[in-house]
Amino acid sequence: MIEIKNLNKKFGKLHILKDISVSCKEGQSIALIGPNGCGKTTVIKCILGMVVPDSGSIEFNGESIINAYKYRNHIGYMPQIGRYPDNMTIGQVFEMIKEIRQCKDLDLDLYNAYKLNDLLNKKMSTLSGGTTQKVSAALAFMFNPDVLILDEPTAGLDVLASEILKDKIIKEKQKGKLVLITSHLLSELDDLVTQIIFMQDGTIQFHKTVQQLKDDTQQEKISKAIANVLKMQQ
Amino acid sequence: MNKIIKIIFIDILKSKIIIAYTLMLAILSWSSFAMEDSSAKGLLTILNVILFTVPLVSILFSTIYIYNSSEFIELLLSQPVKRKKIWIGMFLGLSLSLILAFFLGAGIPLLVYSLDSVGIMMILMGIMISTVFTSLACLSSILTRDKAKGIGISIMLWLYFALLFDGIVLFLLFQLAEYPIENAMVGITALSPIDLARIQILLHLDISAMMGYTGAVFKNFFGTSTGLIASFLLLCLWVIIPFYVSLKKFIKKDL
Repeated sequence: MIEIKNLNKKFGKLHILKDISVSCKEGQSIALIGPNGCGKTTVIKCILGMVVPDSGSIEFNGESIINAYKYRNHIGYMPQIGRYPDNMTIGQVFEMIKEIRQCKDLDLDLYNAYKLNDLLNKKMSTLSGGTTQKVSAALAFMFNPDVLILDEPTAGLDVLASEILKDKIIKEKQKGKLVLITSHLLSELDDLVTQIIFMQDGTIQFHKTVQQLKDDTQQEKISKAIANVLKMQQ
Repeated sequence: MNKIIKIIFIDILKSKIIIAYTLMLAILSWSSFAMEDSSAKGLLTILNVILFTVPLVSILFSTIYIYNSSEFIELLLSQPVKRKKIWIGMFLGLSLSLILAFFLGAGIPLLVYSLDSVGIMMILMGIMISTVFTSLACLSSILTRDKAKGIGISIMLWLYFALLFDGIVLFLLFQLAEYPIENAMVGITALSPIDLARIQILLHLDISAMMGYTGAVFKNFFGTSTGLIASFLLLCLWVIIPFYVSLKKFIKKDL
C-alpha cells in the first residue's frame, strides 16, 4: 500500500533521513518508534507530502505521491501537535474539512464520544491541548480513510479519552485498515500493533512483526523487548 | 480551488483591519473631493493615497495574513488539496479582498466625481497596485520562516518602491543632466510598479506639459495606445513574476 524506497532528506546540514526503505501493506498495524529526533515525524510528513524528500520514491497504491494530492483522500492524519487557524471555531474547522473532502459516509464515533457537538462554537485558540488533540483525532477518523497515520495519538489526552481512542484504533485495525502509529509510550502499543519499525539516527534499525521481536528477545512486552534490543546494541 | 478562495476571502472580509482600510480610503476620497473646488485637485490627493497607502497596506496586510495562516496552510496540506491551489487561493483571496476594499473606499467616489478616463485609469491603477503588492508580499513571506524578518522585507520593499526609487531616479537625473537620457528614463520607470502607475495617471491628468522635455518624451511613449498597453503588460509582469517565484518556492517548501 505504501512503498518507500531509498528516501533521503536533509534539513540544511542535518541529514535527517538516510536511505530509508519501508513497505506497509493493508491490514497491518505498524508502530514507528525510536528516540527523539530520529526522523519519525519526518517520514510521516514525507508520506503526507508536507516535507519534500531530496531523493528516493514514495508510492501509494503503486502511484508516486510526488506532486500528487488525490491519494490524501485515503489518509487520515492526526498530527503530534495539531495547529489550527486561531480565529476559527471547532464547527468551522469541521465544516471546512468536510467541504474539502466531499465525503458522504462520515464516521462520527470519536466526534460523538468526545462530545465535540457541545463545543462547536469555541474558538480554536481557546482550546486546551487535550481538546485540540480530540479535534485532531475526530478529524483523522471522520472520513473513513484506508490509512490512518497517528503521530503520538495519546499524548495530551486524559486516560478516558485515550482509552476511547485506543478502542477506536483497534476497531479500525480489525476492519483491515493500515494503521501507522508513532509513540513513546511503548506500554500502550501492546494491543494496538502487529509490526514494529525501529528507527535511529535517520536509519531503520529493524522492521519486524511483534511476535518475531518477542521471540528474538524472549520478552513478553514490547517495551521490555525494545529495552533489550537497546541493551544489546551497547 | 474556489472553496479555498472563498474561505480565505470571507475570513479576510471579517477582519477589522480591512474594514478600517476601506473606511479610511472612503473618508480620504470623499473629503478630498468635497473640500477642493475642482475635481482635478481631489484627484491629485487620491493619487497620492493610491501611490503610498494602497501599496503599504496591501503588502503589510498580506504578509502578516500569510504568516498568521501558517496553521491553516498546514491543515490544508494534510488534506487532499493541491499545493499549488492553496498558494494561488491565498494570493487570489488576498488580492480580491484588497481590490474590493479599494473599490468600495476609493473607487465609488472616483466614479461619482470623475467619471472619465482619468477616474477609470485611477481605479484600474489602484487595482493593479493592490495586486502587485500582494504578489510581492507572497514573495517576501515565502523567503523566510521568521515573521519579523518577512515583515521587515515587506517594509523595505515598500520603502524602496515608494520613496527610495524616486530618490535614485532624481539623483540619476541630476548627475546625468548633460546627457540625452530621456529615453532611458522611460525604461527605468518600468523597474517600479508605483512609477508606472504614477506616470499613467499623470499623463491622463494633462499636467505632463509641466514636466518639461522628459514629460514630452513620456507623453510620446506612454500616451500612445502602444505605451498604454506596454505599461499595463509591465504591471502584469510585476504581478506574475514575484508570485510565480513564490509559487515555485512554496511547492518545494517543507512544512
